[in-house]
Amino acid sequence: MSLSRQDVEHIAHLARLQVSDDELDEYVAKLSRILELVAQLGAVDTAGVTPMAHPLEMGQRLRPDEATETDRRELYQENAPDVVHGLYRVPKVIE
Amino acid sequence: MTTQRPTLVELAQQLEAGDVSSRELTVGALARIQAGGDGLNAFINVCPDSALAAADAADACRARGNAGPLTGVPFAHKDIFCTQGVTTTCGSRMLENFVPPYDATVVARLHNAGLVTVGKTNMDEFAMGSSNETSYFGAVRNPWDTERTPGGSSGGSAAAVAAGLVPAATGTDTGGSIRQPAALTGITGLKPTYGRVSRFGMIAFASSLDQAGVLALSAADAALVLQAMAGFDPHDSTSADAAVPDYTAGLNDDLKGKRIGVPSEFFDAGLDSGCEQAIRAALSELEQLGASIVEVSLPHLGLSVPTYYIVAPAEASSNLSRFDGVRFGHRADGAETLEELYKKTRQEGFGAEVKRRIMTGTYVLSAGYYDAYYLKAQQTRQLIADDFRKAFETVDLIAGPTTPTPAFRLGEKTDDPVQMYLNDIYTIGVNLAGLPGISVPCGFAAGLPVGLQLIGPHFGESVVLNFAHQYQQATDWHRQVPGAGQ
Repeated sequence: MSLSRQDVEHIAHLARLQVSDDELDEYVAKLSRILELVAQLGAVDTAGVTPMAHPLEMGQRLRPDEATETDRRELYQENAPDVVHGLYRVPKVIE
Repeated sequence: MTTQRPTLVELAQQLEAGDVSSRELTVGALARIQAGGDGLNAFINVCPDSALAAADAADACRARGNAGPLTGVPFAHKDIFCTQGVTTTCGSRMLENFVPPYDATVVARLHNAGLVTVGKTNMDEFAMGSSNETSYFGAVRNPWDTERTPGGSSGGSAAAVAAGLVPAATGTDTGGSIRQPAALTGITGLKPTYGRVSRFGMIAFASSLDQAGVLALSAADAALVLQAMAGFDPHDSTSADAAVPDYTAGLNDDLKGKRIGVPSEFFDAGLDSGCEQAIRAALSELEQLGASIVEVSLPHLGLSVPTYYIVAPAEASSNLSRFDGVRFGHRADGAETLEELYKKTRQEGFGAEVKRRIMTGTYVLSAGYYDAYYLKAQQTRQLIADDFRKAFETVDLIAGPTTPTPAFRLGEKTDDPVQMYLNDIYTIGVNLAGLPGISVPCGFAAGLPVGLQLIGPHFGESVVLNFAHQYQQATDWHRQVPGAGQ
């Protein structure tokens, strides 16, 4: 399984990662190598095997829909890079 | 390097007898770390003020007669666990200045049990690595040979314990990240059953595999720490709601009549001959203790590395999408659009291996490829787990090597990610199946420690601890200290 430069550019875009031109060739080579490794699974007969999503046979736990946490917005926003009047500021999205 | 390395049990006895105070132990640990920890780079962050305050509180608690077995013992946390008010980086530039507003459940439980946190240990970035070389804060060095890796991702915790900087430390194990560094540094590393220990506040890598555990100097020490860590946590949606047994109660159970399964797949061509000798000798030792050895087969074990490198990156690409430069963590300067902000922030904040895994995960989950990769890997994961399930119908324990080779040189495997991944060939299957496993020192190959891996059935922590403790009662490999003769 070999990826092209265009494939890697597309994957990087989906992952919201900027990749410079000089990094691109290395990603092409190393990601292709990783995909070669995982492509081994293609040869395994898995007909009728139930996909395993979770290592323990347990269902998703539910809880009553009740508020259990207090509002700690200001505390949490202390870690934000740019906050104005309690709002996260980002570059303009709508012209 | 002269290393004094009392075990946690020994320190607890000294504290109980009044031979030493927690303040004295803590001052000693801080001094060893701040003196440079013998050049190991094992710590990202040291917290002397809060440590001394906790030590004084522990001494006061003991004076009032309220001490538990861990009260006042110095300890360290892998820097993946959120610590309220103490920077938590996960080994990444992305979180270089992140100060969590809350404690991980593991941190809170061990604090409540009286352990004194002296600092946060170095690790591979976001726990993605097997050599500690992906850390933004530089590689950790192995105290047995500082030109070699201590393993990863919990390499800082392993090096710190092996060098006697602290008697025990937390780690996390997604594909071997506790057991492999324990093996490479000659200490004991316990990875509990998936769901046994809370993941709340433990920065997520691959949520269906991540599990917290402990690196220590003996199985008895690991049992004490696990006792304080384990148990149901409503804040973790996959926390196991199962009773926690007394992990020290069964340590001395007789091994007579117990059956150990040894998979032939663990002794393939990739296993170093020096490691194989040490492992075979350890198995004979367990036989002499009364256990019988039977051959078992895990025919799909060879699929574990490719299976893991679909499942783990897929989960990582999803988990790490939260790092967007908006709510916390690194933010790139000068972005003019929101998309550019995301892309530049993530380019600058993540290292190369993390980006490779995010891209691998993004690819295998992308439109048109999901069935061929992710769904297929979930099916092969089932086949691997079934092999273990079948084996445990006839044996109490599965044993084999933890790693194919002893510690490799720093820089030796950084050019080829696949070579690095194959280092975890014997540990990854255990994570895919969600089983508990421990690595205990069992000898040396070319002067470097070798780890014996003992694997139990789901919630069989008591079983692996019992075997490990009995082995350590009969041998003194876990007492060998790095630096003697170097």
